[in-house]
Amino acid sequence: MSSATTEEVIDYSVTPPLVEGNPSLAKINDSIALPTERWPSKKYFAALSVTLTMLLIGAVALGYTLYYGIGMWGNNIPVGWAFDITNFVFWIGIGHAGTLISAILFLFRQRWRTGIARAAEAMTIFAVMCAGIFPLIHLGRPWYALFIIPVPNQHGLWVNWNSPLVWDVFAVSTYFTVSLMFWYIGLIPDLAMMRDRTTSKVKKMIYSILSLGWRHANRQWQHYEKVYVILAGLATPLVLSVHSIVSFDFAVSILPGWHTTIFPPYFVAGAIFSGFGMVLTVLIIIRKVFNLEYIITKDHLDKMAKVTLLTSMMVAYAYLMEPFIAWYSGSPFDWYTVVARATGHYAIGFWVMIACNVLIPQLLWSKKVRRNVAVLFVISLLINVGMWLERYIIIVTSLYRDFLPSSWHIYTPTIFDFGILIGVFGLFFTLVLLFSRTLPVVSMSELKGVTEGAHPHHNFGAGHE
Amino acid sequence: MSEKRLYGLAAIFDTPEKVVAAARAVAGRGFTKYDSYSSYPIHGLDSAMRLKRTRIPFVTLVAGLSGAVLLVLFTWWTNSVDFPLAIGGKPYFAWPDYVPLMFEMTVLFGAVSTVIALLVVWLKLPRNSHPLHDTEFMKKVSKDKFGICIESDDPGFNETETRRFLEDLGAESVDSVYDEPVDISLKQKVLDPKFIAAIVVVAVVSSATTYLALNKMLLIRPWSSLNAQFKVNPESRSRFYSDGIGMRPPVTGTVARGHLPDPITVSDNLAAAEKYLVNPVLPSPHVMEVGQRDFNTYCSPCHGYFADGNSRLQGQFPSPPSLHTDSLRLAPDGLYYNVITNGFQGVMPSYARQIPRKERWAIVWYIRALQKAQNPNGPEAK
Ligand code: HEC
Repeated sequence: MSSATTEEVIDYSVTPPLVEGNPSLAKINDSIALPTERWPSKKYFAALSVTLTMLLIGAVALGYTLYYGIGMWGNNIPVGWAFDITNFVFWIGIGHAGTLISAILFLFRQRWRTGIARAAEAMTIFAVMCAGIFPLIHLGRPWYALFIIPVPNQHGLWVNWNSPLVWDVFAVSTYFTVSLMFWYIGLIPDLAMMRDRTTSKVKKMIYSILSLGWRHANRQWQHYEKVYVILAGLATPLVLSVHSIVSFDFAVSILPGWHTTIFPPYFVAGAIFSGFGMVLTVLIIIRKVFNLEYIITKDHLDKMAKVTLLTSMMVAYAYLMEPFIAWYSGSPFDWYTVVARATGHYAIGFWVMIACNVLIPQLLWSKKVRRNVAVLFVISLLINVGMWLERYIIIVTSLYRDFLPSSWHIYTPTIFDFGILIGVFGLFFTLVLLFSRTLPVVSMSELKGVTEGAHPHHNFGAGHE
Repeated sequence: MSEKRLYGLAAIFDTPEKVVAAARAVAGRGFTKYDSYSSYPIHGLDSAMRLKRTRIPFVTLVAGLSGAVLLVLFTWWTNSVDFPLAIGGKPYFAWPDYVPLMFEMTVLFGAVSTVIALLVVWLKLPRNSHPLHDTEFMKKVSKDKFGICIESDDPGFNETETRRFLEDLGAESVDSVYDEPVDISLKQKVLDPKFIAAIVVVAVVSSATTYLALNKMLLIRPWSSLNAQFKVNPESRSRFYSDGIGMRPPVTGTVARGHLPDPITVSDNLAAAEKYLVNPVLPSPHVMEVGQRDFNTYCSPCHGYFADGNSRLQGQFPSPPSLHTDSLRLAPDGLYYNVITNGFQGVMPSYARQIPRKERWAIVWYIRALQKAQNPNGPEAK
C-alpha cells in the first residue's frame, strides 16, 4: 500500500472530479472499448470457468427438478415456499439498486452515477432474469405458467385480478421491459462509437445493426435526451412499485409474520440495500479486472457505501418495528412468530442476518473503511449473505409454525435447493462477465459529457457575439 | 450504377466551444438543412441551432393514460362481464385491487411507446444507409472531434461558398460527402428455385417440429407426468384386484342421486300404490316448467303435445288414448306416477331410468294442468 492512499486527505467541501486524471475524449474511447477488443486475460478465463462450473451445477439440479418434479426440493406443507421464492425476492431486490443508480440518481442530477450506471443497469437486467426463473420453476409444471397471462383460452377463464400474484407477474415483466429499454437506449450512442472504431467486419455488422444507424447528430440528441429523462421519470416510481408489489405477495396473506403494513417500504429499502451490496461486489471486481480504477473511483465506492449505510439503517428500523407491532397488537400468534424467529429452529440464521445487515454495516460510518476497497468488498459480500438470509427467514420462519400446531414442520433444504442457488449465482456472474467483455461497461457518451471542458459554458468567453 | 450525388459538406471542429459557435453562425446564416455532430450531447447546442422543444412527452402522456384506461376496461370486462369472478365477497368490479396494475400499465405503455416513437417516428431509425456512415467525418466525430454538416439540398447551399464559410468558422477540415445510391433490383423472384427451396425447407422443418413436439415430446416425461400417475383409472387394468378390473362395482344397495326407491314398491301392489302415493312435489312455475320440458321430451312423441293422442307417431304405433277422458281425469296422481315408472300394459315402456322421481311428479302436475286447460269444467272440478 502506498503512503499516498493511507494518508489520503479528502476535502468534502470540494466536489471531487468525476473522472480521475482528466483523460482526453479519445482516451475514454480507447480505455473503455479495450476489454471488448483485446483477447481476455487469464484472470478473466479463470473467473469464467468458476462461474460456468457453478452454472452447470445449477443446470444439473434444475434438470433433476424438471424431470422428477419439485419433490426434489425440501419444500413441504406448510413450508410451501422456501429457497425458490427466497431467491426470487433476493434477485428482484438486487435489480433495484441498478435502477436506483441509473434513474433516481439521474433525476437528482447526481453526476457521479455516470461511471457506474451502465454496469448497474446491466446488473439489474441480469438479476431480473435470474429472478424470473424462480416463479416459473416453483410451479412444478413450468409450461403451465401461461395460465397467469390473460389470454383467451379453451377454459373460458380469465386471471383473478384481485390476486397479488397476478400483479407480481405484471410488475416484474414491466420492470424487465422498461429496464431493458432504458439500458438499450443508453447503449445506442456507445454502440455507434464501437461501430465507428472497430476494424473487424463481423463486429462492425453487429454494432451497425445494434446501434440502428445512430449518427451522433444533435437533432438526434435533442429528442434522445428528453426520452432519457422521461424513462428515468417512469422507472423511478416503477422501481418502488415493483418491490412493494412483491411484498404484497406476503402482506396480503393472513399469515403472522407476513401480514404487516410495513412490508412495502421495508421491502423497497431492503431491495436497495441488498442491491447496493451487490453493485459494490460487482464493481469492485470489474474495476480490478479491467483496470478502470480511474473511472470507477474510490469516491464512487465511498458514495455507494454511504447509501448502503443509510438503507441499512432503514432495514434496521423495520427489524425493530416488526417485533414492536407484534407485541403492541396483542396478537399471540404474531408475538409467537417473532419469538420463534429469534429463538426457534432457525435462530442462527436470524442472528447472522441481524449481524450482516445491521451491525457490520455500522463500520461504514468510518471514512477509512469506506475508502478501503478490500474491507468494503468483504462487507458487500456479507450484506449479500445477510439479505439473502432475510428473505429466507421471512418466508420459512413464518410458514413453519402456522396456526395449526399439528402441521408444524421443520424445513430442511436438499442438495438440489443448494444446487439451484449456486447455479443462479453462476448464471448472474457469467452474464456479468460476458457483458463486460462484449459491451462498454461504462457509458462513453455520458462519461465524455462529465469530463473537464466538455461543455462550452465553462470559460466560454467568446461565446456571446 | 447511378451517379454519385453530393450529399453535403462536413466540417470538423476540435473543441465544443468552436462547434457551438459555428452552429450559431450556420443557423444565423439561414441554413436549415444541417446538423451538428458530437459523440455526447453538448449543452447549449440546441439553442445555438435554434431547435424547437421536442414534443415526445405528449406521446408518453397519451400512451400512459391509455394504458391505465385499457387496463381498467379489460379487468372490468374479464372479471365482471365475461366471467364474473366472486372472490372473498368482493364486488365483481373491485377497482382498488386494480390500482397497482393501472400504475404498471401506465408505465409500460408510456415507456414502450415513447421509445418506439423516438426511434421510429422522430429519429427514423434504423437507417444504416445514411451517406454519413463509414466516412472519415463520422469516425472522427465518434472519437473526439465535433462536426457540422450542411446538406446540398439546402436552398442557401453553394459548394464553394459554403466551403469557404465553414473554413472561416474555424473548421479543421471540410470534406465533401457523397451519396452513392445502391442499385436494388425490384424484380419479383417468387419462382426463383432458391426461394422455393427455402420455402419447402421451412415448411418441412416447421411441420416436423410441430409434429414431434405435439405427438412425441408431449408424451415423454416430464410433460407426460400428468398421465403417469400412481392411480387406477376406470378403464385401466388393476394388479391389485383378483378380477383384474380397475373400476369397482358399487357396493350392493348403492343408490344413485335422485333415484331413491319408492316407499311403496308400486309394481307389487298396484291398487295400494295408486291409492296411497301422494304427489310430494309442490306446484310452482319452476316445477311446471320442468314438467312441461319432460313431457314434451318423453311423452309428446306418442301422446301429443296436448296429451290428446294426436301425436307425431300417429299411425306408426298403437295409438295411446287421450288423457282427457273422464276416468283418467278422476284417477289419482299415483296412477300417473305408476304408469311413468312401470309403463303400461306392455305397450308403453317404463321411464324409470330416464326420469328422476321428482321430475315424474312434475310431469304429473303438468298433465293435470293440460287436463284443466282442455276441459275447465270436467268431473274433478265438481
Ligand atoms: C312409445 C309411446 C309412448 C310414450 C313415449 C308414452 N306413452 Fe303413455 N301410453 C302409450 C300407449 C300406447 C298407451 C295405451 C296403452 C294401452 O291402452 O294399452 C299409453 C297410456 C298411457 C296412460 C293411460 C293409462 C291408463 O290407465 O289408461 C297414461 C296416463 C300415459 N300413457 C302417460 C304417459 C306419460 C306421462 C308419458 C311420458 C313419460 C307417456 N305416457 C309416454 C304410449 C306411450
